[in-house]
Amino acid sequence: MSKETKPVENEEGLGKHLQLPMQRRTFFRYASASAAAATILLTTACDDDDDDDMTPPPVGAVNLGSGDVGVLNYAYALEQLEAAFYTMVVAEAGNALTSDEMNVMMDLKAHEVAHRELFKAALGSNAIPALEVDFSSVNFNDKSSILQTAKTFENLGVAAYNGAGKLLTDTGVGLDYLLLAGKIVSVEARHAAAIDDLIAGNGRFGEEFIDEDGLDRAMMPSAVLAAAAPFITTEIDFSNLPQ
Amino acid sequence: MNIFKIIKDIEKVDPEVYDRLASRRAAMSGFGSFGKKVALAAVPLAMGSMFKKAYGQSTNSIVDILNYALTLEYLEYNFYEQALAATALNLGDNREFFMEVRDNELAHVNFLKSAITSLGGTPIDAPTFDFSAGGAFPTWNSDAQVFLTLSQAFEDTGVRAYKGQAANLAGNPAILTAALQIHSVEARHAAIVRRIRGLKGWITGGPEGEMVPAPAEPVYQGEDQTVQAGVNVPQVSNVAPEQVTEAFDEPLSMAIVNDIAELFIVK
Repeated sequence: MSKETKPVENEEGLGKHLQLPMQRRTFFRYASASAAAATILLTTACDDDDDDDMTPPPVGAVNLGSGDVGVLNYAYALEQLEAAFYTMVVAEAGNALTSDEMNVMMDLKAHEVAHRELFKAALGSNAIPALEVDFSSVNFNDKSSILQTAKTFENLGVAAYNGAGKLLTDTGVGLDYLLLAGKIVSVEARHAAAIDDLIAGNGRFGEEFIDEDGLDRAMMPSAVLAAAAPFITTEIDFSNLPQ
Repeated sequence: MNIFKIIKDIEKVDPEVYDRLASRRAAMSGFGSFGKKVALAAVPLAMGSMFKKAYGQSTNSIVDILNYALTLEYLEYNFYEQALAATALNLGDNREFFMEVRDNELAHVNFLKSAITSLGGTPIDAPTFDFSAGGAFPTWNSDAQVFLTLSQAFEDTGVRAYKGQAANLAGNPAILTAALQIHSVEARHAAIVRRIRGLKGWITGGPEGEMVPAPAEPVYQGEDQTVQAGVNVPQVSNVAPEQVTEAFDEPLSMAIVNDIAELFIVK
């Protein structure tokens, strides 16, 4: 996503979302979760319907859609990115990695392809098209470059699913999508830990992402997609995603 | 803040809002008396409890789930705390990892306690634990392999237990998110313990190949699913079925998790 075409509103939204975990924690601690929920409802409701100042999405962008479909397409986009990355690693990094490292990469490729194809099949005609990716910043002959990129993607995946869980509604069929996201996020967390273990050894597991309450990160879509943008050529319009 | 406008706005999204609030008249008169009784600043709180009744679970059921999670976190924290204090247990290079894990579990204990209190509930007290499970694992704190086996079982159970409750927390987005944030930390722990034991960081198939004793097999029951969201994943992805089972962690019911935990709780 290029800076020139990104709507100004999203820039503000990004800053806002980055502060959200702190705000949420404060509410959670000092008021109560119900008060926080009520405040969000009130803020939304008090906001008079001034939708005219919306900046139009960039032309030719892939629109993720709205509601649960939008959230699932968001997950599908991230899985496409991960699957494409490990497919390239397995194809090109044979000389850079030990056999143990390559075995992990082959598993990760298989898992991410399984995730990607599941979303594609589950979304059916609502699925976004295949995204164009850009891994020119990665040196596939260099172990460190590969593992650091994998670390970025896996930890971003964990934070993305953790943040998106609450956006899923699926009231019709019993929150199956939330369960599905839950089934995947713990596997992404297992990946993140294994990659950290490969990078740092001695059982490192990405402690730097865990806060003083023992909580992993949760990021909202705008922040996640901004972090993933350098690796995705296709413009993504996420403006209809639930907030 | 105009409460009537808020209700009207909600009506646009959810035409049944009044049914959920009992009836329009009751809802409005309810608000009237609220307005007289409580200061304006407290109105969001009162609305919160009303909407929670209309849309979410009762606070009680969420507190129950958090206390269930707290039991597991107590178990994990005490397991690592006692093991690290046991002089006979040699964890070698992995000692620092388990100290980090213990600190995470203690943070989870404290976090859940404060969450329960903030919802007006009472955190349960820590049970008394017996990690030998009545003599089934007598060397749990002297034989590193036994310790590692139990650690893996506890961490993988933790992952499955939180996953099993996600939908029940969906009525409370802040709690749901926090539970997800703990859930992925348990998965990180599980992956490392598994790798220390020479296994993959992810679960392949069911209990077979997990190198756990028979009583721990329920921890992996049902992990061998290859159909997700009604989709036969090996078929659509051309990924081998065993790798598909690795790609998805399955939930575990509260009943089975409690059965597992009770093996280690002194009655």
